[in-house]
Amino acid sequence: MKETKTETRASKIYKKRSTLEMAWRQLRRNKGAIIGLILLVIIIIAALIAPLLFDYNTDVVGMNVKERMKWPSGAHICGTDELGRDIFTRIIYGARYSLAVGLVAVLIALIVGVLLGSAAGYIGGVFENVVMRICDIFSSIPSVLMAIAVVSALGKSTINLMIAVGIASTAPFVRVARAAVLVVRDEEYVEAARAIGQPDWKIVMVHILPNCVSQIIVQATLRVGSAIISAAQLSFLGLGVPAPAPEWGSMLASGRLYIRDYSYMTLFPGIAIMITVLSLNLLGDGLRDALDPKLKR
Amino acid sequence: MYKYIIKRLLMLIPVLLGVAFVIFAIMNVAEGDPVYQVAGPDATQEQLEALRVEMGLNGSLLQRYFRYIGKLLQGDLGVSYISKMDVMKLYLQRLPNTLRLASLAMLVAVVISVPLGIVAAVNQNTWKDTLAMILALIGLSMPNFWLGLLLMLLFALKLGWFPSGGAEGFASVILPAVTVGVGLAALLTRTTRSSMLDVLRQDYLRTARAKGVSERKVIYHHALRNALIPIITIFGVQFSNVLGGSVLAETVFAWPGVGRLVVDAIDQRDIPTVTGALIMTTMLVTIVNLVVDIVYAYVDPRIKAQYTK
Repeated sequence: MKETKTETRASKIYKKRSTLEMAWRQLRRNKGAIIGLILLVIIIIAALIAPLLFDYNTDVVGMNVKERMKWPSGAHICGTDELGRDIFTRIIYGARYSLAVGLVAVLIALIVGVLLGSAAGYIGGVFENVVMRICDIFSSIPSVLMAIAVVSALGKSTINLMIAVGIASTAPFVRVARAAVLVVRDEEYVEAARAIGQPDWKIVMVHILPNCVSQIIVQATLRVGSAIISAAQLSFLGLGVPAPAPEWGSMLASGRLYIRDYSYMTLFPGIAIMITVLSLNLLGDGLRDALDPKLKR
Repeated sequence: MYKYIIKRLLMLIPVLLGVAFVIFAIMNVAEGDPVYQVAGPDATQEQLEALRVEMGLNGSLLQRYFRYIGKLLQGDLGVSYISKMDVMKLYLQRLPNTLRLASLAMLVAVVISVPLGIVAAVNQNTWKDTLAMILALIGLSMPNFWLGLLLMLLFALKLGWFPSGGAEGFASVILPAVTVGVGLAALLTRTTRSSMLDVLRQDYLRTARAKGVSERKVIYHHALRNALIPIITIFGVQFSNVLGGSVLAETVFAWPGVGRLVVDAIDQRDIPTVTGALIMTTMLVTIVNLVVDIVYAYVDPRIKAQYTK
């Protein structure tokens, strides 16, 4: 019995490695995914080195009345805003907010969702039913409205924005994790692990969840993009990162006030959001094709 | 079939109660005591207590929740803290505008996406397919409110073809509807394409071609019909996102719909209006999804058969 088990496990590890290698090989051949990956790396590097390039107090939020409302030129490639701040500087700095909110929100959703979903799938019965019905409840509330309600209840701050967007994107992770657990729950190797007396949490963590890692990675990559959009939406409505922080959504909200005469103010922050989300979508689609060719939208 | 409908209707009850509870509980966390907000600074302790009872804010969260549900069943969502108007009335006033916007947005989405998806699938791996997929990807990656701002800039402010805001006449609904519709169109284009690709590989299409049915008829008559099933499902599921997206479009274009109502109410900390509007909107979404599911089960004999047993 024990021998069979180690054998299954050994072949499993072998197979897992080759899947990852094959996935990378496939991903490398996918032009879109590579473009997405490169763009994303550039954006992440820009976000990381932004504080080294610019001083937050003088360059990012400091007023400079003499330079206000300047159209894009050599000195200010994206122009300046109503307080004379360079829009390009603010966009680079703003990447920190968008990426942080997107990543943390999805991380919250991922941890809560995977824990709940795998527990639901593994335990089954009433617990599973309750979790899935709660999931139904959360997915029937439009996610924008859900996030709006959470932020308006908790108050406006960057942390609350992350929580709000995180809560609104949890349900899909619960579903993915539960489905993955259901597929392998009754496999022989899980039964074997149970037979040698491994605790339930260990069975789920070590033997079951690794099976859905690829699906979770794909889901998470695509979700970070939509979380960034949700965060920008809330900031645009005045419910996100509070001023004067250079959040892209709130930059668009102030640009909107001057849209008639200074249209460049509404142009560039939107392009920044679009390129960031586009790179995540390209990478996510590529990962999906590489990791799971069967999974098609 | 009736059994299925009744079962789904019964399953709806706990979900709706849950939705109401989640929203009620979230809004309950909101900081600040609304009694002070309504009473003003000069109110005495007795007046405050009386007002608390009058506003239905006495008792525990659960007590208040059940009282709220009791009233909700009679169509009473309470009274706005700000305008003192009946929330249900406020909601129903705005609802037609949002529904007009949402339905036109869905129409825009279908008109763009279904032909685009079919062309992409039929010409798989050609430049037409690539172009359609790039367009869909851009549509998915663009924040809809930003698209709204760009449309406003070009078609309202520069060209002057449409009004830049408000709800006067048919012209004013077009830009908001396109704003909401494009994101959905992007998703539907992908769905249409992959659904068509699945169907195009089926044997019965080869049979149809072998019989000498024209290629046009094969695609539009034989393939599209079956490909439509997943498209309809996505369409129903996305209704919730359309309503969500319209919150943003309504803000950009000052469209007097439910989304605007909620956002304004949040600004004014008008909790009954926010709670009521959110609960009603979610109920609407849930009911629409149910109807789509039933229609879907009715249209697709395979699903119908599962439930008539």
